[in-house]
Amino acid sequence: MKQITIVDYGSGNVLSAQKSFVKVTKENNTEARVIISKKLIDIKNSTHIVLPGQGAFSTCMSGLKKTPGLIDELQEFALVKKKPFLGICVGMQMLANDSEENGFHKGLGWIDGHIKALPAKNLKLPHMGWNLVNPKNKNKLINSSENYYFVHSYYFACKNKENILAESQYGINFTSIVVKENIYGVQFHPEKSSSSGLSLIKNFVS
Amino acid sequence: MLNIRIIPCLDVKNGRVVKGINFIDLVDAGDPVEQAKHYSENGADEICFLDISASLEERNTMINVVEKTANEVFIPLTVGGGISSINNIQSLLKAGADKVSINSAALHDPNIIKKSSEYFGNQCIVVAVDAKKNLNDWYVYSHGGTKNTGLYALDWIEKVEKLGAGEILLTSMDRDGTKSGFDIELLKKVSEFVQIPVIASGGVGKLEHFYEGVKDGKANALLAASVFHFNEISIKEVKDYLLSKKIKIRK
Repeated sequence: MKQITIVDYGSGNVLSAQKSFVKVTKENNTEARVIISKKLIDIKNSTHIVLPGQGAFSTCMSGLKKTPGLIDELQEFALVKKKPFLGICVGMQMLANDSEENGFHKGLGWIDGHIKALPAKNLKLPHMGWNLVNPKNKNKLINSSENYYFVHSYYFACKNKENILAESQYGINFTSIVVKENIYGVQFHPEKSSSSGLSLIKNFVS
Repeated sequence: MLNIRIIPCLDVKNGRVVKGINFIDLVDAGDPVEQAKHYSENGADEICFLDISASLEERNTMINVVEKTANEVFIPLTVGGGISSINNIQSLLKAGADKVSINSAALHDPNIIKKSSEYFGNQCIVVAVDAKKNLNDWYVYSHGGTKNTGLYALDWIEKVEKLGAGEILLTSMDRDGTKSGFDIELLKKVSEFVQIPVIASGGVGKLEHFYEGVKDGKANALLAASVFHFNEISIKEVKDYLLSKKIKIRK
Protein backbone atom coordinates (compact mmCIF):
# COMPACT_ATOMS: atom_id res chain seq x y z
CA MET A 1 0.00 0.00 0.00
CA LYS A 2 1.38 3.33 -1.07
CA GLN A 3 1.14 6.43 1.03
CA ILE A 4 1.27 9.67 -0.89
CA THR A 5 1.55 12.69 1.35
CA ILE A 6 0.75 16.20 0.18
CA VAL A 7 2.74 18.42 2.51
CA ASP A 8 0.42 20.79 4.31
CA TYR A 9 2.19 23.93 5.47
CA GLY A 10 -0.49 26.54 4.86
CA SER A 11 0.11 27.09 1.20
CA GLY A 12 -2.43 27.20 -1.58
CA ASN A 13 -4.63 24.66 -3.16
CA VAL A 14 -3.60 21.38 -1.51
CA LEU A 15 -7.06 19.97 -2.04
CA SER A 16 -6.77 19.99 -5.84
CA ALA A 17 -3.42 18.24 -5.60
CA GLN A 18 -4.88 15.58 -3.32
CA LYS A 19 -7.89 15.05 -5.55
CA SER A 20 -5.75 14.60 -8.66
CA PHE A 21 -3.67 11.92 -6.94
CA VAL A 22 -6.80 10.19 -5.65
CA LYS A 23 -8.24 10.20 -9.17
CA VAL A 24 -5.08 8.74 -10.71
CA THR A 25 -4.57 6.01 -8.13
CA LYS A 26 -8.24 5.00 -8.27
CA GLU A 27 -8.25 4.82 -12.05
CA ASN A 28 -5.16 2.66 -12.08
CA ASN A 29 -6.28 0.43 -9.25
CA THR A 30 -3.24 1.41 -7.27
CA GLU A 31 -3.74 0.80 -3.60
CA ALA A 32 -2.84 4.11 -2.09
CA ARG A 33 -3.67 6.46 0.69
CA VAL A 34 -3.42 10.11 -0.33
CA ILE A 35 -3.22 12.35 2.69
CA ILE A 36 -2.66 16.02 3.43
CA SER A 37 -0.38 16.33 6.42
CA LYS A 38 2.58 18.01 8.07
CA LYS A 39 3.04 15.40 10.80
CA LEU A 40 6.56 14.03 10.87
CA ILE A 41 5.29 10.50 11.35
CA ASP A 42 3.25 10.76 8.14
CA ILE A 43 6.26 12.07 6.22
CA LYS A 44 8.33 9.19 7.58
CA ASN A 45 5.76 6.58 6.54
CA SER A 46 5.25 7.95 3.05
CA THR A 47 6.23 6.22 -0.16
CA HIS A 48 5.78 9.44 -2.18
CA ILE A 49 5.85 13.08 -1.15
CA VAL A 50 4.35 16.03 -2.95
CA LEU A 51 5.36 19.55 -1.99
CA PRO A 52 2.86 22.05 -3.41
CA GLY A 53 3.36 25.79 -3.28
CA GLN A 54 1.48 28.94 -4.13
CA GLY A 55 2.16 32.57 -3.41
CA ALA A 56 5.45 34.20 -2.48
CA PHE A 57 8.66 32.17 -2.09
CA SER A 58 9.51 33.60 1.33
CA THR A 59 5.99 32.97 2.66
CA CYS A 60 6.22 29.35 1.55
CA MET A 61 9.67 28.88 3.12
CA SER A 62 8.47 30.36 6.44
CA GLY A 63 5.47 28.05 6.26
CA LEU A 64 7.76 25.03 6.00
CA LYS A 65 9.94 26.25 8.87
CA LYS A 66 6.93 26.77 11.14
CA THR A 67 6.57 23.06 11.88
CA PRO A 68 9.63 22.05 13.93
CA GLY A 69 11.57 19.23 12.31
CA LEU A 70 9.54 19.22 9.07
CA ILE A 71 12.40 20.27 6.80
CA ASP A 72 14.75 17.72 8.45
CA GLU A 73 12.18 14.98 7.95
CA LEU A 74 11.70 15.94 4.28
CA GLN A 75 15.47 15.92 3.82
CA GLU A 76 15.71 12.50 5.38
CA PHE A 77 13.02 11.28 2.97
CA ALA A 78 14.39 12.82 -0.23
CA LEU A 79 18.16 13.06 0.28
CA VAL A 80 18.98 10.15 2.58
CA LYS A 81 16.31 7.53 1.79
CA LYS A 82 16.04 8.87 -1.76
CA LYS A 83 12.32 8.20 -2.11
CA PRO A 84 10.19 9.78 -4.86
CA PHE A 85 9.62 13.48 -4.24
CA LEU A 86 7.68 15.97 -6.39
CA GLY A 87 7.68 19.74 -5.95
CA ILE A 88 4.95 21.72 -7.69
CA CYS A 89 5.25 25.42 -8.65
CA VAL A 90 6.74 27.23 -5.63
CA GLY A 91 7.24 23.74 -4.19
CA MET A 92 9.64 23.21 -7.10
CA GLN A 93 11.27 26.59 -6.67
CA MET A 94 12.01 25.92 -3.00
CA LEU A 95 14.36 23.11 -4.10
CA ALA A 96 16.79 25.83 -5.31
CA ASN A 97 19.53 27.53 -3.30
CA ASP A 98 17.79 30.88 -3.15
CA SER A 99 15.24 33.24 -4.69
CA GLU A 100 15.29 36.90 -5.64
CA GLU A 101 11.52 37.26 -5.21
CA ASN A 102 10.93 40.31 -2.94
CA GLY A 103 14.54 40.48 -1.74
CA PHE A 104 16.85 37.54 -1.17
CA HIS A 105 15.64 34.35 0.46
CA LYS A 106 17.29 30.99 1.04
CA GLY A 107 15.69 27.84 -0.29
CA LEU A 108 16.18 24.17 0.56
CA GLY A 109 19.24 23.96 -1.71
CA TRP A 110 18.63 20.38 -2.89
CA ILE A 111 19.16 21.27 -6.54
CA ASP A 112 21.72 23.94 -7.42
CA GLY A 113 20.23 27.06 -8.95
CA HIS A 114 18.59 30.40 -8.32
CA ILE A 115 15.01 31.57 -8.64
CA LYS A 116 14.92 34.62 -10.90
CA ALA A 117 12.21 36.90 -12.27
CA LEU A 118 10.98 36.15 -15.78
CA PRO A 119 12.03 39.09 -17.96
CA ALA A 120 8.82 41.00 -18.75
CA LYS A 121 9.80 42.50 -22.12
CA ASN A 122 6.51 42.80 -23.97
CA LEU A 123 4.94 39.79 -22.34
CA LYS A 124 2.21 39.70 -19.76
CA LEU A 125 3.09 38.52 -16.26
CA PRO A 126 2.38 36.27 -14.49
CA HIS A 127 3.02 33.69 -17.19
CA MET A 128 -0.48 32.26 -16.88
CA GLY A 129 -2.05 29.70 -19.15
CA TRP A 130 -1.22 26.63 -21.22
CA ASN A 131 2.26 26.28 -22.62
CA LEU A 132 4.40 23.55 -24.13
CA VAL A 133 6.81 21.57 -21.99
CA ASN A 134 9.62 20.06 -24.05
CA PRO A 135 11.54 17.16 -22.52
CA LYS A 136 15.31 17.21 -23.07
CA ASN A 137 15.75 13.45 -22.92
CA LYS A 138 14.06 10.22 -22.05
CA ASN A 139 12.60 10.29 -18.56
CA LYS A 140 10.05 8.84 -16.19
CA LEU A 141 7.59 11.76 -16.13
CA ILE A 142 6.77 12.81 -19.69
CA ASN A 143 7.33 11.23 -23.11
CA SER A 144 6.76 14.06 -25.53
CA SER A 145 6.11 17.81 -25.77
CA GLU A 146 2.72 18.60 -24.31
CA ASN A 147 0.78 21.54 -22.92
CA TYR A 148 0.54 22.13 -19.20
CA TYR A 149 -1.03 24.89 -17.13
CA PHE A 150 1.37 27.51 -15.74
CA VAL A 151 0.95 30.34 -13.24
CA HIS A 152 4.21 32.01 -12.21
CA SER A 153 6.41 35.10 -12.56
CA TYR A 154 9.72 33.54 -11.43
CA TYR A 155 11.70 30.63 -12.84
CA PHE A 156 14.33 28.13 -11.79
CA ALA A 157 17.72 29.02 -13.31
CA CYS A 158 19.53 25.67 -12.99
CA LYS A 159 23.24 25.68 -12.37
CA ASN A 160 23.84 22.22 -13.81
CA LYS A 161 22.52 21.12 -17.17
CA GLU A 162 21.92 17.57 -15.99
CA ASN A 163 19.20 18.84 -13.63
CA ILE A 164 17.15 20.22 -16.53
CA LEU A 165 14.58 17.61 -17.50
CA ALA A 166 12.35 19.85 -19.63
CA GLU A 167 12.19 23.41 -20.89
CA SER A 168 9.48 25.83 -21.94
CA GLN A 169 9.49 29.14 -23.71
CA TYR A 170 8.04 32.43 -22.55
CA GLY A 171 10.19 35.30 -23.67
CA ILE A 172 13.15 33.13 -22.73
CA ASN A 173 13.78 29.40 -22.58
CA PHE A 174 13.38 28.38 -18.97
CA THR A 175 13.47 25.13 -17.03
CA SER A 176 9.97 23.76 -16.52
CA ILE A 177 10.96 20.42 -14.94
CA VAL A 178 14.02 19.87 -12.73
CA VAL A 179 15.35 16.48 -11.70
CA LYS A 180 17.98 15.08 -9.43
CA GLU A 181 17.83 11.33 -8.97
CA ASN A 182 14.56 10.70 -7.08
CA ILE A 183 13.66 14.40 -6.79
CA TYR A 184 11.43 16.07 -9.36
CA GLY A 185 10.13 19.60 -9.55
CA VAL A 186 7.58 20.97 -12.02
CA GLN A 187 6.99 24.68 -12.56
CA PHE A 188 3.47 24.11 -13.93
CA HIS A 189 0.41 22.61 -12.25
CA PRO A 190 -0.11 18.94 -13.24
CA GLU A 191 -3.22 18.89 -11.04
CA LYS A 192 -4.75 21.54 -13.35
CA SER A 193 -3.40 20.24 -16.65
CA SER A 194 -6.19 17.88 -17.65
CA SER A 195 -5.17 14.50 -19.08
CA SER A 196 -1.52 15.50 -19.65
CA GLY A 197 -1.21 16.43 -15.99
CA LEU A 198 -2.91 13.28 -14.76
CA SER A 199 -0.59 11.12 -16.86
CA LEU A 200 2.45 12.89 -15.39
CA ILE A 201 1.09 12.19 -11.91
CA LYS A 202 0.51 8.56 -12.88
CA ASN A 203 4.10 8.26 -14.08
CA PHE A 204 5.40 9.80 -10.87
CA VAL A 205 3.41 7.40 -8.68
CA SER A 206 4.14 4.25 -10.69
CA MET B 1 3.08 33.98 -27.14
CA LEU B 2 0.83 31.84 -24.98
CA ASN B 3 -1.98 29.62 -26.19
CA ILE B 4 -5.30 31.42 -26.49
CA ARG B 5 -7.67 30.03 -23.87
CA ILE B 6 -11.25 28.99 -24.63
CA ILE B 7 -13.52 29.25 -21.60
CA PRO B 8 -17.12 28.01 -21.44
CA CYS B 9 -19.19 29.80 -18.81
CA LEU B 10 -22.01 28.13 -16.89
CA ASP B 11 -24.75 30.01 -15.07
CA VAL B 12 -25.43 28.33 -11.75
CA LYS B 13 -28.38 29.06 -9.50
CA ASN B 14 -28.87 27.44 -6.12
CA GLY B 15 -26.31 24.79 -7.05
CA ARG B 16 -27.94 23.93 -10.37
CA VAL B 17 -27.04 24.87 -13.94
CA VAL B 18 -29.73 27.07 -15.41
CA LYS B 19 -28.09 27.87 -18.71
CA GLY B 20 -25.98 24.95 -19.81
CA ILE B 21 -25.63 22.16 -22.30
CA ASN B 22 -29.09 21.02 -23.30
CA PHE B 23 -28.26 18.88 -26.26
CA ILE B 24 -26.62 15.74 -24.98
CA ASP B 25 -27.81 12.94 -22.81
CA LEU B 26 -26.29 13.90 -19.55
CA VAL B 27 -27.63 11.83 -16.69
CA ASP B 28 -28.41 15.05 -14.92
CA ALA B 29 -28.17 18.10 -17.16
CA GLY B 30 -28.64 20.40 -14.19
CA ASP B 31 -25.52 19.12 -12.48
CA PRO B 32 -22.67 21.65 -12.80
CA VAL B 33 -20.10 18.91 -12.16
CA GLU B 34 -21.26 16.83 -15.12
CA GLN B 35 -21.32 19.83 -17.40
CA ALA B 36 -17.87 21.01 -16.33
CA LYS B 37 -16.54 17.51 -16.85
CA HIS B 38 -18.04 17.36 -20.33
CA TYR B 39 -16.39 20.63 -21.32
CA SER B 40 -13.07 19.66 -19.80
CA GLU B 41 -13.05 16.39 -21.73
CA ASN B 42 -13.88 18.26 -24.92
CA GLY B 43 -10.96 20.65 -24.78
CA ALA B 44 -12.00 23.60 -22.62
CA ASP B 45 -8.92 25.34 -21.24
CA GLU B 46 -10.72 26.63 -18.17
CA ILE B 47 -14.23 26.54 -16.75
CA CYS B 48 -16.15 29.49 -15.40
CA PHE B 49 -19.11 29.22 -13.01
CA LEU B 50 -21.23 32.31 -12.69
CA ASP B 51 -23.43 32.17 -9.61
CA ILE B 52 -26.69 33.94 -10.31
CA SER B 53 -28.38 32.91 -7.06
CA ALA B 54 -30.65 35.50 -5.59
CA SER B 55 -30.01 34.92 -1.89
CA LEU B 56 -27.12 34.30 0.42
CA GLU B 57 -28.40 30.84 1.43
CA GLU B 58 -28.60 29.81 -2.18
CA ARG B 59 -25.15 31.15 -2.84
CA ASN B 60 -23.61 29.08 -0.05
CA THR B 61 -24.36 25.96 -2.08
CA MET B 62 -21.63 27.08 -4.49
CA ILE B 63 -18.90 25.96 -2.07
CA ASN B 64 -20.29 22.46 -2.29
CA VAL B 65 -20.50 22.60 -6.09
CA VAL B 66 -16.88 23.74 -6.31
CA GLU B 67 -15.71 20.94 -4.03
CA LYS B 68 -17.49 18.31 -6.08
CA THR B 69 -16.20 19.80 -9.33
CA ALA B 70 -12.63 19.68 -8.08
CA ASN B 71 -13.03 15.92 -7.58
CA GLU B 72 -13.68 15.39 -11.25
CA VAL B 73 -12.33 18.30 -13.24
CA PHE B 74 -8.62 18.96 -13.52
CA ILE B 75 -8.43 22.27 -15.34
CA PRO B 76 -8.55 25.75 -13.81
CA LEU B 77 -11.90 26.80 -12.39
CA THR B 78 -13.06 30.40 -11.99
CA VAL B 79 -16.05 31.26 -9.85
CA GLY B 80 -17.88 34.57 -10.04
CA GLY B 81 -21.15 36.13 -9.00
CA GLY B 82 -22.03 37.68 -5.69
CA ILE B 83 -18.56 37.52 -4.19
CA SER B 84 -18.51 40.11 -1.48
CA SER B 85 -15.71 39.51 1.01
CA ILE B 86 -12.23 38.14 1.59
CA ASN B 87 -13.78 35.30 3.61
CA ASN B 88 -15.96 34.49 0.66
CA ILE B 89 -12.93 34.31 -1.63
CA GLN B 90 -11.00 32.20 0.83
CA SER B 91 -13.73 29.60 1.16
CA LEU B 92 -14.08 29.29 -2.62
CA LEU B 93 -10.33 28.91 -3.14
CA LYS B 94 -10.14 26.42 -0.30
CA ALA B 95 -12.95 24.40 -1.85
CA GLY B 96 -10.90 24.06 -5.02
CA ALA B 97 -11.55 27.14 -7.17
CA ASP B 98 -8.40 28.55 -8.78
CA LYS B 99 -9.66 32.05 -9.38
CA VAL B 100 -12.54 34.22 -8.34
CA SER B 101 -14.14 36.88 -10.44
CA ILE B 102 -15.20 40.02 -8.60
CA ASN B 103 -17.57 42.63 -9.98
CA SER B 104 -19.98 44.59 -7.77
CA ALA B 105 -17.90 44.18 -4.62
CA ALA B 106 -14.96 45.85 -6.37
CA LEU B 107 -17.15 48.74 -7.51
CA HIS B 108 -18.49 49.08 -4.00
CA ASP B 109 -15.05 48.90 -2.35
CA PRO B 110 -12.07 48.81 -4.75
CA ASN B 111 -9.79 47.91 -1.85
CA ILE B 112 -11.05 44.34 -1.91
CA ILE B 113 -8.91 43.91 -5.06
CA LYS B 114 -5.77 45.08 -3.29
CA LYS B 115 -6.43 43.08 -0.15
CA SER B 116 -7.35 39.86 -1.93
CA SER B 117 -4.53 39.98 -4.49
CA GLU B 118 -1.96 40.63 -1.77
CA TYR B 119 -3.34 37.83 0.32
CA PHE B 120 -4.01 35.15 -2.32
CA GLY B 121 -1.77 36.31 -5.18
CA ASN B 122 -2.95 38.34 -8.15
CA GLN B 123 -3.29 35.25 -10.37
CA CYS B 124 -6.42 34.35 -8.35
CA ILE B 125 -8.18 37.66 -8.75
CA VAL B 126 -10.16 38.31 -11.89
CA VAL B 127 -12.04 41.59 -12.08
CA ALA B 128 -15.17 41.44 -14.21
CA VAL B 129 -16.02 44.67 -16.00
CA ASP B 130 -19.37 45.15 -17.72
CA ALA B 131 -18.94 47.96 -20.24
CA LYS B 132 -21.48 49.75 -22.41
CA LYS B 133 -21.05 52.48 -24.98
CA ASN B 134 -22.77 55.72 -24.26
CA LEU B 135 -22.29 58.44 -26.89
CA ASN B 136 -18.62 58.09 -27.74
CA ASP B 137 -17.27 56.42 -24.65
CA TRP B 138 -17.54 53.20 -22.72
CA TYR B 139 -18.84 53.29 -19.18
CA VAL B 140 -18.84 50.68 -16.45
CA TYR B 141 -22.28 49.32 -15.69
CA SER B 142 -23.38 47.52 -12.56
CA HIS B 143 -26.38 45.39 -11.59
CA GLY B 144 -26.17 43.15 -14.62
CA GLY B 145 -25.70 46.01 -17.03
CA THR B 146 -28.66 48.07 -15.96
CA LYS B 147 -27.02 50.86 -13.98
CA ASN B 148 -24.41 53.27 -15.30
CA THR B 149 -21.82 53.83 -12.57
CA GLY B 150 -20.53 56.92 -14.37
CA LEU B 151 -17.01 55.46 -14.40
CA TYR B 152 -15.18 55.49 -17.71
CA ALA B 153 -14.29 51.87 -18.51
CA LEU B 154 -10.62 52.60 -19.20
CA ASP B 155 -10.24 54.67 -16.01
CA TRP B 156 -11.72 51.89 -13.95
CA ILE B 157 -9.63 49.21 -15.65
CA GLU B 158 -6.45 51.20 -15.08
CA LYS B 159 -7.37 51.46 -11.43
CA VAL B 160 -8.14 47.77 -10.93
CA GLU B 161 -4.88 46.80 -12.63
CA LYS B 162 -2.97 49.08 -10.25
CA LEU B 163 -4.81 47.59 -7.29
CA GLY B 164 -3.59 44.12 -8.25
CA ALA B 165 -6.16 42.46 -10.51
CA GLY B 166 -4.64 39.45 -12.26
CA GLU B 167 -6.99 39.44 -15.24
CA ILE B 168 -9.83 41.44 -16.69
CA LEU B 169 -13.04 39.69 -17.73
CA LEU B 170 -14.42 42.24 -20.15
CA THR B 171 -18.07 41.93 -21.14
CA SER B 172 -19.64 44.20 -23.70
CA MET B 173 -23.18 44.81 -22.50
CA ASP B 174 -24.05 46.08 -25.98
CA ARG B 175 -23.10 42.79 -27.55
CA ASP B 176 -23.99 40.32 -24.79
CA GLY B 177 -26.66 37.93 -26.10
CA THR B 178 -26.71 39.46 -29.60
CA LYS B 179 -24.45 36.91 -31.34
CA SER B 180 -23.13 39.75 -33.50
CA GLY B 181 -19.52 39.35 -32.39
CA PHE B 182 -17.32 40.87 -29.69
CA ASP B 183 -17.10 44.65 -29.44
CA ILE B 184 -13.71 44.67 -31.14
CA GLU B 185 -13.13 48.38 -30.72
CA LEU B 186 -13.56 48.15 -26.95
CA LEU B 187 -11.63 44.90 -26.68
CA LYS B 188 -8.64 46.23 -28.61
CA LYS B 189 -8.57 49.44 -26.58
CA VAL B 190 -8.53 47.53 -23.30
CA SER B 191 -6.10 44.77 -24.42
CA GLU B 192 -3.55 47.27 -25.62
CA PHE B 193 -4.01 49.43 -22.54
CA VAL B 194 -3.31 46.86 -19.79
CA GLN B 195 -0.41 44.53 -19.03
CA ILE B 196 -2.59 41.81 -17.53
CA PRO B 197 -4.52 39.24 -19.63
CA VAL B 198 -7.93 40.18 -21.00
CA ILE B 199 -10.76 37.66 -21.34
CA ALA B 200 -13.26 38.72 -24.01
CA SER B 201 -16.92 38.10 -23.36
CA GLY B 202 -20.27 38.99 -24.88
CA GLY B 203 -21.54 38.62 -28.41
CA VAL B 204 -19.94 35.53 -29.84
CA GLY B 205 -22.20 33.86 -32.42
CA LYS B 206 -20.01 32.21 -35.03
CA LEU B 207 -16.51 30.86 -35.55
CA GLU B 208 -15.20 34.03 -37.20
CA HIS B 209 -16.02 35.98 -34.04
CA PHE B 210 -13.55 33.95 -32.01
CA TYR B 211 -10.84 34.70 -34.56
CA GLU B 212 -11.66 38.42 -34.64
CA GLY B 213 -11.47 38.55 -30.86
CA VAL B 214 -7.88 37.33 -30.94
CA LYS B 215 -6.65 38.84 -34.22
CA ASP B 216 -8.26 42.28 -34.04
CA GLY B 217 -9.32 42.51 -30.40
CA LYS B 218 -6.00 41.11 -29.08
CA ALA B 219 -7.77 39.09 -26.38
CA ASN B 220 -5.81 36.48 -24.41
CA ALA B 221 -8.83 34.32 -23.72
CA LEU B 222 -12.34 33.97 -25.11
CA LEU B 223 -15.37 33.26 -22.99
CA ALA B 224 -18.69 32.07 -24.36
CA ALA B 225 -21.87 30.54 -23.01
CA SER B 226 -24.84 29.95 -25.25
CA VAL B 227 -23.03 28.98 -28.48
CA PHE B 228 -21.47 26.10 -26.56
CA HIS B 229 -24.50 25.16 -24.49
CA PHE B 230 -26.83 24.99 -27.47
CA ASN B 231 -24.27 23.05 -29.49
CA GLU B 232 -24.17 25.70 -32.19
CA ILE B 233 -20.39 25.51 -32.05
CA SER B 234 -18.23 22.98 -30.23
CA ILE B 235 -14.99 23.82 -28.48
CA LYS B 236 -13.21 21.49 -30.89
CA GLU B 237 -14.57 23.43 -33.87
CA VAL B 238 -13.36 26.69 -32.38
CA LYS B 239 -9.92 25.24 -31.79
CA ASP B 240 -9.65 23.69 -35.25
CA TYR B 241 -10.76 26.95 -36.81
CA LEU B 242 -8.30 29.07 -34.82
CA LEU B 243 -5.53 26.62 -35.60
CA SER B 244 -6.29 26.87 -39.33
CA LYS B 245 -5.90 30.63 -38.92
CA LYS B 246 -2.49 30.10 -37.28
CA ILE B 247 -3.62 31.10 -33.81
CA LYS B 248 -1.81 29.27 -31.01
CA ILE B 249 -4.13 27.03 -29.04
CA ARG B 250 -3.85 23.88 -26.94
CA LYS B 251 -4.86 20.81 -28.91
